[in-house]
Amino acid sequence: MLRYTFNRILYALPIMLGVSLVCFLLVHIAPGDPLVSVLPPDATEALRRQMAELYGFDRSLPEQFLRWLARAAVGDLGTSIATARPVAAEVARAVGNTVTLAAFATLIGFTLGAIFGFVAGYFRDSPLDRLASALAVLGVSVPHYWLGMVLVILFSAQLGWLPATGAGPGGSTEWAWDWEHFRHLILPAITMSVIPMGIVARTLRALVAEILSQEFAMGLRARGLSEFAVFRHVVKNAAPTALAVMGLQLGYLLGGSILIETVFSWPGTGFLLNAAIFQRDLPLLQGTILVLALFFVVLNLVVDVVQTALDPRIRRA
Amino acid sequence: MAAPALPAAEGEPAPLVRSPSFWRSVFARLRRDPVALAAAAVILALLVLALFGPWLVATDPYASSVLRRLKPIGTPGHPLGTDELGRDMLARLVHGARWSLFMGVTPVVLAFFLGAAIGITAGYAGGLLGTAIMRTIDVFYAFPSVLLAIALSGALGAGIENALLSLTLVFVPPIARVAESVATQLRNRDFVEAARASGAGALTIVRVHVLGNALGPIFVYATSLVSVSMILASGLSFLGLGVRPPEPEWGLMLNTLRTAIYVQPWVAALPGVMIFATSISFNLLADALRSAMDVKG
Repeated sequence: MLRYTFNRILYALPIMLGVSLVCFLLVHIAPGDPLVSVLPPDATEALRRQMAELYGFDRSLPEQFLRWLARAAVGDLGTSIATARPVAAEVARAVGNTVTLAAFATLIGFTLGAIFGFVAGYFRDSPLDRLASALAVLGVSVPHYWLGMVLVILFSAQLGWLPATGAGPGGSTEWAWDWEHFRHLILPAITMSVIPMGIVARTLRALVAEILSQEFAMGLRARGLSEFAVFRHVVKNAAPTALAVMGLQLGYLLGGSILIETVFSWPGTGFLLNAAIFQRDLPLLQGTILVLALFFVVLNLVVDVVQTALDPRIRRA
Repeated sequence: MAAPALPAAEGEPAPLVRSPSFWRSVFARLRRDPVALAAAAVILALLVLALFGPWLVATDPYASSVLRRLKPIGTPGHPLGTDELGRDMLARLVHGARWSLFMGVTPVVLAFFLGAAIGITAGYAGGLLGTAIMRTIDVFYAFPSVLLAIALSGALGAGIENALLSLTLVFVPPIARVAESVATQLRNRDFVEAARASGAGALTIVRVHVLGNALGPIFVYATSLVSVSMILASGLSFLGLGVRPPEPEWGLMLNTLRTAIYVQPWVAALPGVMIFATSISFNLLADALRSAMDVKG
């Protein structure tokens, strides 16, 4: 197991390096001068060169990459062009809000998805299966930014039950464990949860049906085990895959939160990305993407190791 | 594998799909599936709107009017109401089919060809070249898809070409991975070995044996991506990164109508219904196609 973990980490390192390279190159595939948004339109050539030197744009690409990587490794992601604050600080402030939102969404989505998936897999081809499978297809097909708008229309504009935007009262951007903040979380978290709900339900339906069709399940029943005892075996067999899917979904939600955060003005990394894109703040864009992408790689690694630890069948294969 | 392998006569270029009876049986199964038929009907209707929309609805989708802004559904002359600039919603939704379908389907088509070429090359070549190609693909695969799309189109800037390019690059890695695993399996099959023993060149083997048997499963996988692509493409326009105003595109329409949710909520939600209907139809059709072809995964 230790050996597997070590190998898996060794495999992740070049991927992380590659991901960093892609993030670094983002600034360089961007058209135009990255300094254009900080310089006044009548800037002199001398000022332009001075700024380029400050941001390191005057050196060769490989040199820039190594310098950038060395600084990123110690947590220095550069300076935001729009706000002149360190990118790392901006990202750190936003990332907590996105994690809160994505974690709640994963929790809701996984719970519902697991229920639908188990019901559908257990009662395959029954009306219950059809209902659960239909809900799962709706979950993976709905444009979630639109679902967010519809929920705002229903619960904020029409009924006035829940706030439409923001993460807390009075434009609060800091998450706190109180009822007012929780009320702001409900709509975005439900909106976000439909994707993992659909994917978990579809995965588990196939998995449960497959487990039940194996000979050992028939053997358990033949030996006279109660339906509950058989169910426990099914859960045990499905758990490693289900947990792996949940972990990956959390990663997808963290990386893909921009649309929902835009709809709900949720002050997380997606909102930050949106601001970075429209202010052409390339260091901020680069830094945010780097943090989210590396987080996803690490999460993948953890999921793989945990899944292998839970499921000895993978280790033997 | 999907298509049963048939022995190929040497020197005789075989057509790509060489087992018509197989495809005929797939379509026969699809025809008996009511869900698949319904989904196909919706997609066909959307295609008709995209191709012939301007002749079906004569109202100008660009004609704005300050006096007729944000009229409700059922207004005489504007059956689906008007948007924030007083433009006819019915005309805009119908004309929007063209942009939205184009933006959603094109990236998957491009990624299908690119990904299949990359994956089959890597899988059939194997060795160092194959490993080098696939490790590069792994780097892009390591990004969550939405994040990669946003990163690329955010850096490249708003615009139709940039959005199409970003989405294509998002879908190449997963397709290449599927293509690689299919090609790797095929490489070791007996009929490929037999072709090699009888003196067939690498190109002939790839063209006849690998392509003929690999394109089916890769195609089925690609169809399952169209739904995601529709949502993402409209999502980019929703963020202001894809199609630009005043063009009618469903994601962009949702964005500009967001401010109207307190005035005409149901008019504002209409473009999303179109995206939803398209995405779910593609999803259901892809599901049906997969089970009709009995491709696992």
